[in-house]
Amino acid sequence: MDLFYQLIGDNLTMIYILVFIIFLGTEVISNVPTVLHTPLMSGANAISGVVIIGAVLLIRQASSDDYTILTLGFFGIMLAMINVAGGFAVTNRMLEMFKKKKK
Amino acid sequence: MEGTITNFIYLICISLFIIGLKKLSSPDSARTGNLLAAAGMIGALIVTLITPLPDGDNNYPWIAGGILVGTIIGLVAAKKIKMTAMPEMVSIFNGLGGACAMLLSIVEFYNHPSGEPLLSGQIITTFFALFVGSISFTGSLVAYGKLDGFLRDSLVPPAPKVVNMLLLLIILTVSVYTMLQPELNFTYIMVVLILSLIYGVTFVTPIGGGDMPVVISLLNSFTGLGAALAGLIYGNQVMLVGGVLVGAAGTILTMLMCKAMNRSLLNVIVGGFTVSGGSTAESGDQVAKVATYADTAIMLKYAQKVMVVPGYGMAVAQAQHTVHDLEKILEAEGVSLKYAIHPVAGRMPGHMNVLLAEADVPYPKLLDLDEANREFPSTDVVLVIGANDVVNPAAKTDTASPIYGMPILDVEQAKNVIVLKRSMNPGYAGIQNQLFFGERTRMLFGDAKSSISKLIEEMNNV
Repeated sequence: MDLFYQLIGDNLTMIYILVFIIFLGTEVISNVPTVLHTPLMSGANAISGVVIIGAVLLIRQASSDDYTILTLGFFGIMLAMINVAGGFAVTNRMLEMFKKKKK
Repeated sequence: MEGTITNFIYLICISLFIIGLKKLSSPDSARTGNLLAAAGMIGALIVTLITPLPDGDNNYPWIAGGILVGTIIGLVAAKKIKMTAMPEMVSIFNGLGGACAMLLSIVEFYNHPSGEPLLSGQIITTFFALFVGSISFTGSLVAYGKLDGFLRDSLVPPAPKVVNMLLLLIILTVSVYTMLQPELNFTYIMVVLILSLIYGVTFVTPIGGGDMPVVISLLNSFTGLGAALAGLIYGNQVMLVGGVLVGAAGTILTMLMCKAMNRSLLNVIVGGFTVSGGSTAESGDQVAKVATYADTAIMLKYAQKVMVVPGYGMAVAQAQHTVHDLEKILEAEGVSLKYAIHPVAGRMPGHMNVLLAEADVPYPKLLDLDEANREFPSTDVVLVIGANDVVNPAAKTDTASPIYGMPILDVEQAKNVIVLKRSMNPGYAGIQNQLFFGERTRMLFGDAKSSISKLIEEMNNV
């Protein structure tokens, strides 16, 4: 039980943010026309690559001879970056096609 | 001082994510929305790179290498990929994001200072991130395999429900046990990691290929959750908010799709399409009527109103451009041609919309389920191009059918139905379709693209 209180207490601000963003996220996306489901999914997917920030922080905090962390971090950055760059690019490509025939 | 500036810029980036997503949900502003979200991401990345840290060696060459390689692979893949293979691509991208969350939590455990208490919120969060990231990683790869077709639906592990429950239970037990030890034992972490990776596979494998859109969307929200949990571990708001936004978006999309199929999420995950209803047997001795290209061409040319119902078969055959050509020819003859888009046609929500948009089909020609169903009774010819389950009347009549209750396109109301299909094999859901044996139905066998090309040829001869 103490653990639970500690968990809440330590992260109170984060938990506030968490709850509000869940409401906000639900509200922002609730009225999407079917045409945009795929681009939205792919765009949201690109945003989930935000986990790259963690990988960058990880490598920056590591010492330069800790090759285990450096290697894992390198792969983390690379994989997340594929997700980010590829995700936004693919979404843009899809949306460009929608654009064309809107006179 | 620097901390405040960093956090302020993070706040701007978070706002860009939210505005971006908002704009992504409306057709006119979608492109701007995507670019705004991308700008937010670049901003957050730059700030994270230059903010001074109290300790550590920065190791910029490693970071630069990772970013460079990742960007090149990502951009090339995004440029090269065919529009029809979009669901596969999104699935893989998603898995990689999950893999990153997984790697982060492994390192977090690896870095755990000895002597520190293990029973803490931090450790619980890290276990969660490890679990969610791993599922998202292997689950997405399996989803990719199913979409691509090299993993067949028949490959189902024995008693998937029991196996999954058991795996979950073991993962939970080992995690709790690890936390109750005085020192962190990395071997246990590896056990949890491997079991979670396996769980990702056993979780997705029993789910039918037809349900993959729902699964990808669900896994997408898992990756978001993984990013959010990593944000909690690092106390980083951008990761937290970005992750939660994606989690919420993924969940909403998943729900929308389940609603379109009139099934609950639980039903999709647990039920699967593994066993098809007993009603399939009785259609064995029925014979479907086959149409000829010449007849169909004449029928189309002298129709007033034609409706095209596209499905995954059109995507596989890359027939969207040919279909658009047919549309132009018919329009020139004074025939009105529209498209009826079922919400779960294809392998991704809006899959057909994207393909037809690629072929320059104008927006107003695409009708949604309700609009299309109003039009069918006055339609002369319906061309069903590679769609199957979304036009299966069993969804309305056969309570034993696995798709019973799913709203479908009522194509049998039209005066003539032409079904373009490669063979008589049932669709992805593995269910026989009574429509094919209907009074007004004719079959046109073959690859959708070459069939339509032949139709166009015939049309020019008439």
